Amino acid sequence: MRNEIAYPKIVKIKKTKREAKNIKTILFEYDGKNITPGQFLMIWIPGLDEIPMSISYINNKEIGFTFRKVGEATTALYNLKKGNKIGFRGPYGNGFTIKGKNILVVGGGTGIATLAPLIEKILSIKNKKLTAIFGAKTKDEMFFTRRFRGINLKISTDDGSIGFKGMASELTEKIIKEENFDQVITCGPEKMMKKIVDICNLYKIPVQASLERYIKCGIGLCGQCCIGEGLRVCKDGPVFEGDVLNKISEFGYFKRDASGKKIKI
Amino acid sequence: MNRLIDTSTKISSLILKNPFILASGIMDEDAGSMIRIAKNGAAAIVTKSIGVKPREGYANPTIVEVDCGIINSMGLPNPGIDAYMEEIESIKKKTSVPIIGSIFGKDEKEFCLLAKKMETYGVDAIELNLSCPHAKGYGLEIGSNPKKVENIASKVKSSVNIPIFAKLSPNVTDIVEIAKSAKKGGADAITAINSVKAMKIDIEIGLPVLSNKIGGYSGKAIKPIGIRCVYEISKNVDIPVIGVGGILTAEDAIEYLMAGASAVQIGSAVYYRDVNIFDKLDNELKGWMKKYGYKKLSELIGLAHKKQRKVII
Repeated sequence: MRNEIAYPKIVKIKKTKREAKNIKTILFEYDGKNITPGQFLMIWIPGLDEIPMSISYINNKEIGFTFRKVGEATTALYNLKKGNKIGFRGPYGNGFTIKGKNILVVGGGTGIATLAPLIEKILSIKNKKLTAIFGAKTKDEMFFTRRFRGINLKISTDDGSIGFKGMASELTEKIIKEENFDQVITCGPEKMMKKIVDICNLYKIPVQASLERYIKCGIGLCGQCCIGEGLRVCKDGPVFEGDVLNKISEFGYFKRDASGKKIKI
Repeated sequence: MNRLIDTSTKISSLILKNPFILASGIMDEDAGSMIRIAKNGAAAIVTKSIGVKPREGYANPTIVEVDCGIINSMGLPNPGIDAYMEEIESIKKKTSVPIIGSIFGKDEKEFCLLAKKMETYGVDAIELNLSCPHAKGYGLEIGSNPKKVENIASKVKSSVNIPIFAKLSPNVTDIVEIAKSAKKGGADAITAINSVKAMKIDIEIGLPVLSNKIGGYSGKAIKPIGIRCVYEISKNVDIPVIGVGGILTAEDAIEYLMAGASAVQIGSAVYYRDVNIFDKLDNELKGWMKKYGYKKLSELIGLAHKKQRKVII
């Protein structure tokens, strides 16, 4: 049940960090002990916009989110400095569910940020084996490669400037052929996630993917982010199991714009 | 046994299995969401308000929760009437639950065009949005003028063969006058109320939270306003009333029924009690009716008016 009202809490930015080209992290004080990796916040940039952001750092003193400068709102966030005020509400959504012993995590682009707290959580649990694949377009856009200890990390770039040359999904298939995984968890561009879910279907591995849709209310009311049979990405998701995604015909093919019109992915 | 309790009701030619209808604007922009709501027991579904052209709505924040309710200013986002054909057609293939097409226009021409298209797509009734409190040139700006309301109702009525409902705002001096105009124009029922004009300022930032600054207040806080409006309308205007505003429990709905509503709509409560609220409400209603010795919903409708007369005698 809800324990807090959907009202933006105002916080001062404690720290900003440049992670890669056009990619930054904003951190602020908050006890993250009740946050599940994969959950998101609605970040209010007063006077401009309010946008959903996956939580990329979670501990009991501070939390943060990592984003790429792409539009007006993220550019404004990119230019904010220590001491500036933002609002946030949440955490919202379901988050990831860790299953089995041998886990493969696949992140593409800023999807890596969503998976980072999950990776830390898996690493903190005894008797788990973790392999991660981080994919980016090019070396300059790769981040978080030195953040984790005791992780089997594989890197792919579309242009081969670092690591495996090719798509993260190609590297995923290669690795899945060589090793038996109990679970695959992915976040990144939807076309990539669709390929990974298809690969997991083929090899019969349970898979979870974290989806992105245009989110307005963030609390499961307005219907803007609904997929399939009324599944609200903001509340029933953003993380969905492979067997649910298999029934959603638009997964990997189309999303809806702010007006609710279908647009191709 | 709850099975012996009859909660079915009727609005014009629409037969409803229970009095709980999904209000416009809540999980009703695409077919999938409406199918999910139908599967969860809603007796009918009002669509998102659809206009002539696609409209993105306002920038976020479009919603903010405050004490006892929610203020929203979505700004009538919708994919436009042409793209909406696909949604209505696919929902109609999957459920027999009546679909009420909500429409908004800037004048009677737009309303007529939208109503005709909705009828062609297969909706069972039309709800005229004459009350959205936060969209310039639409909704309340038209719905606060009795002449415009009558004109739109009469033009739409003569261009379609399905029932039309007029959704009215409490943000007027006299809602009864507007309801009378809607009836005069030919409206088959009145939906009351839409959200109440409101604002929330964040005192630490010193700015209204909503990007549009002003929004519509819904939820628990507005129920007494809705009850008063429904009571006044049903006392003075002889067409069915659909009550809406702050219904979270069966008791809330019963209050609306006693005030004179023949059915009710559920909106914000989807947030407070989630998507399966419709079945929950119907079970709660049946339980309450059994406990207090009512067998049919019609015994509750307008009870507050009847009792008043008894006391006078």
